[in-house]
Amino acid sequence: MPAHPVIAKPRQITQSLLYLDGVTVSFDGFRALDNLALDISHGEMRAIIGPNGAGKTTMMDVVTGKTRPDEGEVLFDNGTVDLTTEDEAAIAQLGIGRKFQKPTVFENHTVEDNVLLALKGHRGVRKTLFWRPNGDAERIGEILETIGLQSHRRRLAGALSHGQKQWLEVGMLIAQDPKLLLVDEPVAGMTDAETRTTAELLKDIARSHTVVVVEHDMEFVRMLGVKVTVLHEGSVLAEGSIDEVSANERVIEVYLGR
Amino acid sequence: MILRRFLEAPDWRGWLFLAMLATAAVLVPVLNVLVPPSSPFHVTTATVALWGKYLCFALLALSLDLVWGYCGILSLGHGAFFALGGYAMGMYLMRQIGTRGGYAHPILPDFMMFLNWKELPWYWYGFNHFPYAALMIVLVPGVLAFVFGWFAFRSRVTGVYLSIITQALTFALMLAFFRNDFGFGGNNGLTDFYDLLGYSVRAPETRAVLFALSAVALMLGYLVAQAVVRSKAGKVLIAIRDEESRTRFLGYRVESYKTCVFTLSACMAGVAGALYVPQVGIINPSEFHPANSIEVVIWVAVGGRGTLVGAALGGVLVNYAKTIFTGGTVVQYWVIGAAAVVVLGAVAIRWREALYGAALGATVAYAGWLLLGTLLPPDRLGLLAYWPALLMALAGVAWLILERPWPFGALLGVVLVALFRTPFVGVTLALYWLFVLGAIFILVTIFLPRGVLGLLPGRRDTPIPDAGAPARTAPEAHVPNAALRGRGERVPQPAE
Repeated sequence: MPAHPVIAKPRQITQSLLYLDGVTVSFDGFRALDNLALDISHGEMRAIIGPNGAGKTTMMDVVTGKTRPDEGEVLFDNGTVDLTTEDEAAIAQLGIGRKFQKPTVFENHTVEDNVLLALKGHRGVRKTLFWRPNGDAERIGEILETIGLQSHRRRLAGALSHGQKQWLEVGMLIAQDPKLLLVDEPVAGMTDAETRTTAELLKDIARSHTVVVVEHDMEFVRMLGVKVTVLHEGSVLAEGSIDEVSANERVIEVYLGR
Repeated sequence: MILRRFLEAPDWRGWLFLAMLATAAVLVPVLNVLVPPSSPFHVTTATVALWGKYLCFALLALSLDLVWGYCGILSLGHGAFFALGGYAMGMYLMRQIGTRGGYAHPILPDFMMFLNWKELPWYWYGFNHFPYAALMIVLVPGVLAFVFGWFAFRSRVTGVYLSIITQALTFALMLAFFRNDFGFGGNNGLTDFYDLLGYSVRAPETRAVLFALSAVALMLGYLVAQAVVRSKAGKVLIAIRDEESRTRFLGYRVESYKTCVFTLSACMAGVAGALYVPQVGIINPSEFHPANSIEVVIWVAVGGRGTLVGAALGGVLVNYAKTIFTGGTVVQYWVIGAAAVVVLGAVAIRWREALYGAALGATVAYAGWLLLGTLLPPDRLGLLAYWPALLMALAGVAWLILERPWPFGALLGVVLVALFRTPFVGVTLALYWLFVLGAIFILVTIFLPRGVLGLLPGRRDTPIPDAGAPARTAPEAHVPNAALRGRGERVPQPAE
């Protein structure tokens, strides 16, 4: 695990970028997350897999402030920020970006405006009201080049194909330049070729960012070649390389076969 | 058409709109005041006042479009901000009456004397000064909208729930203003005005200037709203309208944006109300009636939501129709109806089939007309009136169900026959206005989701997905990867 050593202040609980411990979330008695512990180091790329209902999306909801955990600690940036006390906008501004399972782009905006809205910068009403495009166009151009949507720059996002929307959302994540990227099922609905391109894209992003990818697709996770966490019934079942977890008997039991 | 959108370039419709308003602001007062009444070019003072009123409504519609069309806040209480601005102006005008009132009291307005009040309530202080009143015209609606928005948007009240509480807001204000002891003239409201800044509000010259001011206010309102929606903040507003939670996850404080735009919109509505009151000469609690606010929504929908110009156009069009309707006769009603159908026809696709339909509709309408005319006893001939309405309804339903152009043609045929054969000349239709308004709303929602303005060629600022069509296609619908197909059956989960 290529964790960058961070010089920690003495009282910090953790040196990780994201630290979850004992997180429990219940919906009407159903435990979506059950005493979940997770530790993501700076610069790490992590894949999270698990069957339906394992709590993958709920975990992301907890981290991004959409869902408040009933119990447990959710700490960010060496434990300096308690994410359970912040709302979605504050968490996003702290540097956590999220790509949704269903591609969620602003369909009535052009591709470039989608990226512009995501671009790192001031989020306040006053700043956006009196905003002037200072060099944003070049940055947007770079990002569109990265995600291969440059020729679609002035098209409405709603007119893009499904795969292109997925990439646009990845591009919006890059534009946000967050410390931590949470990517929920980036290859859902993609062709094999698109899946491979996306894997390359994510690996590229992971060179300069910390990335957590939630996926069903084992092939795709294998392409990423990173440490894998297997969730089951709201807690961690196994952790390790894809080969290790694939060989794990409990994982095979709950996930791969039965 | 959607793809030809460029947000950056100035919009020709906007320039046309501004040019028309500027021309009207100069030309109408000149034609009213300087051209003698004997000239065919003379514009009567009644017309000036009427169109001045329409311009105020247009500004109100514009303010609603800013929040509804661009930020998805369907306010059903915008009439309240309009009325509050109007009351602030009315209070100023009341204080200007002075000793000319029925009780000739130098300070207390007549209604307070009537209620035996001995002194002016504190909230009436300062309203004898125009600058103070002018400030209050913007401030009172603005502060109310800010406080309301602060609580509603922070609590993430959205959609229908927000609409309902805006209705409750205006309804509560209406009840309060109806009360005599609330200190705003109760049921009668504020009226019998004399002077505005020393000029008689009843003088034609003042009316002409008020008209020009209304046009200027509408232009300014448009420019402000335009600047907002063209800015990056405007893009955020549209983002909030379309994907509110996504916008939050990008780090934007949705509640701040909503509160700001809602407050700005309320201030604009307040200005519209303030210009409206001296032109109609009265403000009373019925302006707070929830139905008024709903009517504003219809104006915006008819004109074209999310276009600004369209909203203003809708405000004028629908109110013009209302004037003709509530004061006019059936013949005029049919003219409007036929015009509306022809306009709708412009969007109908296949003309030939529509033409067959027209022949069918005209034949059925005419035959039925003759038949019913002979069958009905002479004293019940009035029932013939329902005949074209019935046929039109049937054709309309057929159009909806079949989605073919011929029932549209039939509709046209019935209208044509009814136009020439109607027995209703001279009957006032004031009572039917609300039905017609409702019908307009439904027709526009179904057939012209982009409003009247959507019929014009050119760019669209904010393409709104066609009504009824799903905003997004399901991702599962075109999954080419065989390995992914197995995921079709998803177990329902609380969070996914």
